[in-house]
Amino acid sequence: MSEKEVKNLEAIFEARIARDEKIEPKDWMPEKYRQTHIRQISQHAHSEIVGMLPEGNWITRAPSLRRKAALLAKVQDEAGHGLYLYSATETLGISREELFDQLHSGKAKYSSIFNYPTITWADIGAIGWLVDGAAIINQVALCTTSFGPYARAMVRICKEESFHQRQGYEIMLTLCNGTPEQKAMAQDALNRWWWPSLMMFGPRDADSPHTEQSMKWKLKRKTNDELRQQFVDQTVPQADILGITVPDPDLKFNAETGHYDFGEIDWDEFWQVVKGHGPCNKERMEARVGAWERGSWVREAAMAYAEKQAKKKVAKAS
Amino acid sequence: MKDQDLYNYILGIADNSLILGQRLGELCGHGPNLETDIALTNIALDLFGQTRSYYQYAAKIAGDGRTEDDIAMLRNERDYKNVLLVEQPNTHFGHVIARQFLFDVYHLQLMNALQHSEDEMLVAIARKGVKEVSYHKRFSGDWLKRLGDGTDESKQKIQEAIDHFWPYTDELFDMSDSDKKMAEQGIGVDLTALKDEYYKQISEVLEEATLTIPDNPYSKRGGKQGIHTEHMGYILTELQYMQRTYPNMTW
Repeated sequence: MSEKEVKNLEAIFEARIARDEKIEPKDWMPEKYRQTHIRQISQHAHSEIVGMLPEGNWITRAPSLRRKAALLAKVQDEAGHGLYLYSATETLGISREELFDQLHSGKAKYSSIFNYPTITWADIGAIGWLVDGAAIINQVALCTTSFGPYARAMVRICKEESFHQRQGYEIMLTLCNGTPEQKAMAQDALNRWWWPSLMMFGPRDADSPHTEQSMKWKLKRKTNDELRQQFVDQTVPQADILGITVPDPDLKFNAETGHYDFGEIDWDEFWQVVKGHGPCNKERMEARVGAWERGSWVREAAMAYAEKQAKKKVAKAS
Repeated sequence: MKDQDLYNYILGIADNSLILGQRLGELCGHGPNLETDIALTNIALDLFGQTRSYYQYAAKIAGDGRTEDDIAMLRNERDYKNVLLVEQPNTHFGHVIARQFLFDVYHLQLMNALQHSEDEMLVAIARKGVKEVSYHKRFSGDWLKRLGDGTDESKQKIQEAIDHFWPYTDELFDMSDSDKKMAEQGIGVDLTALKDEYYKQISEVLEEATLTIPDNPYSKRGGKQGIHTEHMGYILTELQYMQRTYPNMTW
């Protein structure tokens, strides 16, 4: 293809994005658009799969049968989200095995929040309320993203996430209406999960290398800082209803802007966890790699069996 | 308690679902691929759903203010009546599948028979259970065939698992005193009548999976009398952790 032809295709592509048309897998797209989407969608898929681990940690210890079943169903939903998102990524011409290799080798990232430990039952409530709450804010913005398979997956995921968030908040509410010991457990969970949740929106706009291009392609509709502010504004009144305190001495409603002002995030901690040195980065990767390696003989057996069955079918037909 | 035998009978069935569900719950997020992970979690969810229906019914029969969670989480080990098979660990995927299949075949027979119980509530639970357990049996049976007729390694692993669990199967057909009384009244199922059909079905699938039917005359039993393997204490430690650590609270 000549340079002129590529320029022409690019112009058509940009015009389609500008008209809010969806880009589908078979459509022409710039290589950088493809690569950015593989990176972002797979990162999202990996986050779902790694995110199963901290919550899965409480399935056997959930305090009631109702909570146990709800938690199992929730973690299962995350596996389902991982499945749609890997499928959406595969439409861009990369295999699931390659994507797993990228995760297992550390080349691909996943949301850093899942590198924090779940040490009490209240953490399961806090994850639903705060982590899923933050995720929804990020994800609602993606339901109208330009790449069709990603946008459609997000519509479905958002519905389930909002259910998870209500469920998490309801766990917190039950704890806060319970004994002093239960309420203290809820406060302790908020103390530990608040700042990592704010970090989920990524670096400040000024330090976010991909924001400009992603906004242009409508892969992002709002900046990290805008979304973070939205999360704070939405969540602080919910903490007030619970009767627990957001661990930020600088948090204050600003009547002039109509938003909450909040303190500075510990960016050293953010980068430490992103670079692989958070409390559970190593454990999470060992769990993923371990499950994959222990399962290799099973996947091989399934392939071998399917081949044998196909041969039998052919032999029968001839 | 007026209906002590019915209460015991329900727990005898429910405890199998609870403990197997708990074992499967340990696997969530650690499966060999996403699809099997989701499927095994589904089975666990079905089992916990059944467990809750049974315990809610048992709590009503007990009528002493105990809830489904009290029954599930606040008994001593000797009072759990599940068979030894379901408490065995998830050593590897072959063990998970073999344990599941050997239980599912029995479980489906039980659900089918329980649909003809004189007890309406048990009939209702069994009707729902039949659909769920049919799926479980299909899933575990299909995997048994894949592993049996897959690679040399998978064949060796699944055969070892079947051989390992075989001695635990005979206990499935043991009848406690309450089981016998309930069967006499047409409420419970006569388990001894299911046995021949069970081994017939198992043998057919093993043959199709190109596996060897174990020839082991010895059996391991005790769970139905509350005498469990050493694994059980650890299962209960996790299952009961919150209820024991923070008694009398609402979650």
